[in-house]
Amino acid sequence: MLLLVGVALGLVLFSVGMVVGPLTPTVFFFFMLPPIVFDAGYFMPNRLFFDNIITILVYAVIGTIWNALAIGVSLWAVGLTGIFGYEVSLVEMLLFSSIISAVDPVAVLAVFEEIHVNEVLYIIVFGESLLNDAVTVVLYHMFEGYTEMGIPNILPIDYFSGIASFFVVSLGGTLIGIIFGLFTAFISKHTTSVPVIEPMFPFIMGYMSYLTAEMFHLSGILSYNFEHEIFSKCNLGGHFRNTAVTDHKYIIPTTYLLRNYHEKLCPENISAKSEITVKYVTKMLATASETIIFVVLGVSTVNDNHEWNTWFVLFSILFCSIYRAIGVIVLSFCLNKFRLHQLNGVEQFIMSYGGLRGAVAFALALIIDKRIIPSKDMMVTTTIAVVYFTVFVQGMTIKFFVRILKVPRKSDKSISMNERLHGTWALNAFKRKKYIIWKLLSSSILINEQVMDHIMGGIEEVADQFLGNYKMRDRFKYFNNKYLRPFLTNNSAVNEPKIFETHSRLNLIDAVNRVNEQSKVIIEPGQSFSTLMKNYTEANLRQ
Amino acid sequence: MVCVVSLKIIMGNKSSLMLQPEEIAEIHQETGFSPSQIERLYSRFTNLDKTDNGTLSREDFLRIPELAINPLGDRIVHAFFNEAYDDRINFRQFMRVLSRFRPVKKNKENKLNSREEKLRFAFKMYDLDDDNKISRDELLAVLHMMVGANISEEQLANIADRTILEADGDGDHMISFEEFCSTLERTDVEEKMSIRFLH
Repeated sequence: MLLLVGVALGLVLFSVGMVVGPLTPTVFFFFMLPPIVFDAGYFMPNRLFFDNIITILVYAVIGTIWNALAIGVSLWAVGLTGIFGYEVSLVEMLLFSSIISAVDPVAVLAVFEEIHVNEVLYIIVFGESLLNDAVTVVLYHMFEGYTEMGIPNILPIDYFSGIASFFVVSLGGTLIGIIFGLFTAFISKHTTSVPVIEPMFPFIMGYMSYLTAEMFHLSGILSYNFEHEIFSKCNLGGHFRNTAVTDHKYIIPTTYLLRNYHEKLCPENISAKSEITVKYVTKMLATASETIIFVVLGVSTVNDNHEWNTWFVLFSILFCSIYRAIGVIVLSFCLNKFRLHQLNGVEQFIMSYGGLRGAVAFALALIIDKRIIPSKDMMVTTTIAVVYFTVFVQGMTIKFFVRILKVPRKSDKSISMNERLHGTWALNAFKRKKYIIWKLLSSSILINEQVMDHIMGGIEEVADQFLGNYKMRDRFKYFNNKYLRPFLTNNSAVNEPKIFETHSRLNLIDAVNRVNEQSKVIIEPGQSFSTLMKNYTEANLRQ
Repeated sequence: MVCVVSLKIIMGNKSSLMLQPEEIAEIHQETGFSPSQIERLYSRFTNLDKTDNGTLSREDFLRIPELAINPLGDRIVHAFFNEAYDDRINFRQFMRVLSRFRPVKKNKENKLNSREEKLRFAFKMYDLDDDNKISRDELLAVLHMMVGANISEEQLANIADRTILEADGDGDHMISFEEFCSTLERTDVEEKMSIRFLH
């Protein structure tokens, strides 16, 4: 939809004869992408994410490498027959395939938020799209470097440095994110007296960590042999911009920690008002960015230089779909041996079909240096074609497939993620008289679930399960309660803040309900709401 | 057989503690664990068994450092000894408890890892005096363990009261096993209380 608006706008501008600058990578990576990723990281259901982390990483790393190599080699092989009209080299094709092989978080968010598939499916596709960019960018740089050097000049050391830079990019970024996250949490401990600036810190620090990672990335990679080669030859500014793409993953650990320390683990550090402000500003910024990105994509479809090569486009789309499917099936088969929740055939289909490409791929295609790769225009055009195909054809028909194949939908019992995050769902559910949903919030279930978690953690310890999920959770919880929270929060008495939070929310709902039913609770002038609640609860218990 | 021998060498156990193939088959029959899972868990079992007499005592369990920091660690250990006649459990009993946490397979009905057995295990965490009811005090004790020490009694009591109020169907101010199950009706206990045991 947004794309169509963009195309229409582009046509209007085109007919008027105005020249519109395309989305520059600088604007994209510095101003458009961070809000979206911040939003995604901030609202990430972390329980779900960490329960599936191994699966997500396997898809993000192995899956993406497989896609890039397979698509690149196949395109090259097809190119050998001369069907594209001119000669293509292997590294050029690999460069192109590394651009279009990564699943894009913006597109996935836009489509998957709407279709409400079950949470495991959602988190795997979405988590993959968030984490695979480190792979993409390393591959991209590697192939760009190789193109420049020419195949005969590539030394074995270059392959190793490629692998090494992957670890630097991903682990270094995570580390920076964690440091900034902890720092922010620590600051938020001391901002309680100035509530107005409270909501600002998450944004400022999130963005700071993004920029720091950027600088770090630049210098960190510089030391590597092959990167250095390109660097001396390429124009510096362009290269600087390239590096930015990975950095959005750095923001994720920061935002995790931010949210955890803000509301999950210690709501005492930030006031309820500030919390709501942060949530709404995040959502608003992200939505705005997303809109602009798609509009700009539409505009540049109409305006840019294009070089349409039917066979190349067709084969790109074909290979993208086929290899994604193969990758998903093979990896799922291996992963299912270790997973409790088996990924069945239908889910695998949705996963391979939901591999949408989007704005990140487009921006990466735009920054290819035309002096090195003469076929740049063709690549840009093809990338746009692939994006259109995945977003329009796949994105629109996926809803249909979800219905036909009876994909387990997000059931009634799990409330939409947004509602939960905004904390309004309980009230809404109650208003809608959905007793069952309301009941889910009951403290008995919550307590039972905590008990179950501890049981499972204990059993995993007894049975000595290597890397058991529950076991890890238990250990982290212990570490968190013992060392981190006393340091980072004002009031660290409570080990299970969730229980208390839910409890007070329940009381609130009770009170509201009671008032609505015109109960006998009399609100006297000057009586505070909390006393009212307290009185009410006591009365309730005495019954 | 080869596996058993190699296991023995790795663990350096006495021959009397060796796991016989017939025994593996029996345990496989009873609990549904695969032979390789049984062997793996057996090596864990012998590892925990510091006295080398083929049984585990409470102290053997509590020697696991992470179990000691688990708020419910004591109770989990206690639950292992529900099966036992005295204060030691043997490998068969150990496996019988662990088999509760096997994932539920639709086609293979197994009594030990049914939904009810899983829930029963969770229920036992609260119900210390085995009267099949969770009283207010029992609930409070569990809350205390999980939430930590420095929290006001009043607050905890408030939560406990509310929880009982919610779950209590027959108005006796206790939670029976049936009431306990009905509060968890919509929770995916089968998945939440299962581990994919390593092979």
